[in-house]
Amino acid sequence: MTGTPLIEVEDLRIDLDDGSRRVAAAEGISFRIDRGETFGLVGESGCGKSITALALIGLLRQPLSIGGGAIRFEGREIQHLSARRQRELRGNRIAMIFQEPMTALNPVSPVGRQIAEMFVLHKGKSWREAAQLAVEALASVRVPAPERRVNDYPHQLSGGMRQRVMIAIALACGPDLLIADEPTTALDVTVQAEIIELMRNLCAARGTAILMISHDLGLVANVCRRVAVMYAGRIVEERGSADIFRAPSHPYTQGLVASLPRLGSRAALGRSRLKEIAGVVPAITNFPDGCRFNPRCAQATDICRTLAPTADFLEAGGLVRCHHHA
Amino acid sequence: MHEPKNRSGETGPGDDLILSVEDLAVHFPLGGGLLGRNRRMLRAVDGVDLKLKRGECLGLVGESGSGKSTVALSILGLQTPTRGRIVVDGQVVTGRPAGGRKALARTVQIVFQDPYASLNPRQTVRRTLEDPLRVHGVTAASEIEDRVATMLRHVGLRPEQADRYPHEFSGGQRQRIGIARALILNPKIVICDEPVSALDVSIRAQIINLLLELKDTLGLSYIMISHDLGIVEHMSDKVAVMYLGRIVENGHWREIFERPAHPYTQALIAAIPDPLRHAPLATTGGDLPNPLNPPNGCAFSPRCRYAEDVCRSEPGPALETRADGHAVRCWRGEEIAGQMASAEGGVSRVDGASAVHRSLPRQSF
Amino acid sequence: MKLRANLIIGGALFALAILVGLLAPWLAHTDPVLDANLLNAEEPPSWAWWFGTDDQGRDIYSRVVYGARVSLTVGIVSQLINSVIGVALGLSAGYWGGWWDDFVNGLTNVMLAIPSLIFALAIMAVLGPGLTSLLIALGLTNWSFTCRIARASALSLRNQGYVQAATVLGYGDLRIMITQLLPNMLGPIVVIGTLGMGSAVLSEAALSFLGLGVRPPFPSWGSMLSDARDQITTAPWLSVFPGLAIFLTVLGLNLLGDGLRDILDPQSRSRRA
Repeated sequence: MTGTPLIEVEDLRIDLDDGSRRVAAAEGISFRIDRGETFGLVGESGCGKSITALALIGLLRQPLSIGGGAIRFEGREIQHLSARRQRELRGNRIAMIFQEPMTALNPVSPVGRQIAEMFVLHKGKSWREAAQLAVEALASVRVPAPERRVNDYPHQLSGGMRQRVMIAIALACGPDLLIADEPTTALDVTVQAEIIELMRNLCAARGTAILMISHDLGLVANVCRRVAVMYAGRIVEERGSADIFRAPSHPYTQGLVASLPRLGSRAALGRSRLKEIAGVVPAITNFPDGCRFNPRCAQATDICRTLAPTADFLEAGGLVRCHHHA
Repeated sequence: MHEPKNRSGETGPGDDLILSVEDLAVHFPLGGGLLGRNRRMLRAVDGVDLKLKRGECLGLVGESGSGKSTVALSILGLQTPTRGRIVVDGQVVTGRPAGGRKALARTVQIVFQDPYASLNPRQTVRRTLEDPLRVHGVTAASEIEDRVATMLRHVGLRPEQADRYPHEFSGGQRQRIGIARALILNPKIVICDEPVSALDVSIRAQIINLLLELKDTLGLSYIMISHDLGIVEHMSDKVAVMYLGRIVENGHWREIFERPAHPYTQALIAAIPDPLRHAPLATTGGDLPNPLNPPNGCAFSPRCRYAEDVCRSEPGPALETRADGHAVRCWRGEEIAGQMASAEGGVSRVDGASAVHRSLPRQSF
Repeated sequence: MKLRANLIIGGALFALAILVGLLAPWLAHTDPVLDANLLNAEEPPSWAWWFGTDDQGRDIYSRVVYGARVSLTVGIVSQLINSVIGVALGLSAGYWGGWWDDFVNGLTNVMLAIPSLIFALAIMAVLGPGLTSLLIALGLTNWSFTCRIARASALSLRNQGYVQAATVLGYGDLRIMITQLLPNMLGPIVVIGTLGMGSAVLSEAALSFLGLGVRPPFPSWGSMLSDARDQITTAPWLSVFPGLAIFLTVLGLNLLGDGLRDILDPQSRSRRA
């Protein structure tokens, strides 16, 4: 953790304007990712993890906007950059892949051209050079017969192949940070394994940092070195990935880890009733006061219902936001 | 409603089978030339045998395109099989006239994946639960009211909530309504088609627990379709693994998960990320083959690391049932059974997982 | 739910037209048919004769007020017939598919290829003029858009989980169509129906203008226009007021249709985020 981190988010707040009022869809978001590091953001739908990623890459659109805080890329604040400068940053230095590559790819353009476009736009290559680089890029994401595949349209490819194309586009200009938003959620497990390994190996080889966003704590913990768990717009716990599974500290994380049956647990321990997390995920417009997990938390006391907990740094490394953490 | 069970001739009296699928095949013709020339067949399901015992849960596992949903639709009578037959509770249900659907509806029901799309947005919960009863000849208003209230309590909702519309409920509650609808006719078999994968992670345990509870209190039998092997292991008594329209492995859950014999089952298990190990995932190589143009011999051979010449030649391997009831469709199944355990990650994963789970209950909550 | 201006203005205009038709006996100054008096022939609009009089000395205001009855009856009833036919054909075609779908599709295409007014003209020619023939002619010739919409909705809705669930629960096809599909496609159908009423009012005017509408001397807006043809330069009020009535009613219906589309189309589904 020496020197300037690659990207640093400090006290970021993202507002949702629902027409009549502004509510914070995410707030107090702080984390840092070093060069070449893998960092995971985990949470359920509506917890604010995806909009945090969009804020990093400058793609927040109405009704969402940055309401406060700072995003620093190599020490420079980027949240107020002009649209043109943000565009330069996107693709060139920060790239992103999405859950459903079909919606992120242009359906009426051959995939080779879509990859080549990155080289033309960001690297000033001619189309002829770029076309050759596109074939190489497809080969690097291990698409078989790349010189033929460049002429395919997105609908001619399988889901796994499309996600490979997305990775090829994202990594085309050698970005420093790759944001992967649920990159394998739409894919089958064996294909997921392929894509994850591909992403992991390519980024490791090029020194690209990964910010991975997912609802799958197990997957993120496997891929990333550090994991932050978000709940209802706030980061509740940030830990080393093995620690978060072995000794989760926040009651929500504990609940998540304990509530889902994991492969091998029944064979080892027999079947018992799963631990449930009571209640429902609160809506953005209706976040509870104090600690936002308090209505679902068995340990909640009066202070939890009134005062939002601040970050406690743990001896073992990492931080947790809970008044009664383990 | 109950006719002698031996009517089908094969499931004799005293047999505990509630469902038997025999040599089921569903082929879809795809375009092709006129007069059937060049007509290609998509063999979505190609000779599937399944048995479900009363009170058991059969896990049906496989990736998209494996045919598991088509099997489910066939059992529900929503898909006409090309070949084979399905016996539900002693009655052959395939090839029956359309009127048979009503009788089938009282035996087999389904819980859908998406609790948002599977409830009619313009009907109250009450209407959703009352209509099926009326369709099936329950006329007494008091009985209808009672059964709706009882069913709502069974799934953890309050009878006062019956007059609300689906959009007034959260995802987890909607799935409870979906379960109530599936159970209102007192079916014997419930097909659970990815019942929790559309739900928030922190809600899933509630629904899994509910399903297991209801299975015991109401004496149901389940077919559990899921891609989440952790959930399948947790819920199932038997597990069938499908690949490209066929069952490649079938057996007791413990056998399947502890000593998987088919390389595909091994690959599926190995592909699950281990959260405790910052280690590479086991990859299989390649996507699913094109089902219109399946590989020669064993369908998994192009992706299989154990494949030999025999695996790539016709005919492909048959589903061989061992003495303990474990069935495997693999030429080398005997040799490689449980080999995954010795390969990277295998055994240590199970040990690691159990270590976590042993430590958890002792944590203060 | 925000009420848009077009919804309010359109609704008000349509409601006004209906009110005028319903209250005609009280609103009219004279009997539209019997109170002819050649002494008052072709009076321009004045305090005594608000909209002027025609060549037989009948009060145009009273005739426009009574004419609302015919025009609106034709608009509403014929469009109801169209909606019922269109929904029945489209819904069943989309839900059942197969040869029935092919047949309905072919029929719709034929209907779309023939200008509906020409078709209505042909039917009128066979049935002869009169209100009933008008209702039948316009009711049978304008269902193709409704049919298309209903078929498209049925095609997308029949794969919804709740429709599958209803099938699995043993519901009959008719019950599924009526309880599961119909309520969920009603929005666009109502919009098309409202717009269709406007065009039916116009078609009534056109057919009456051609002398195929309601038999004289009972007034309809179209037949009044038709009668006024020869005096358009000498007595323009004969055509202006019935024309204005048609214009405002059709405008109202179109605005209403647009307004309904605005509130019904982004379906009141709960957010899934």
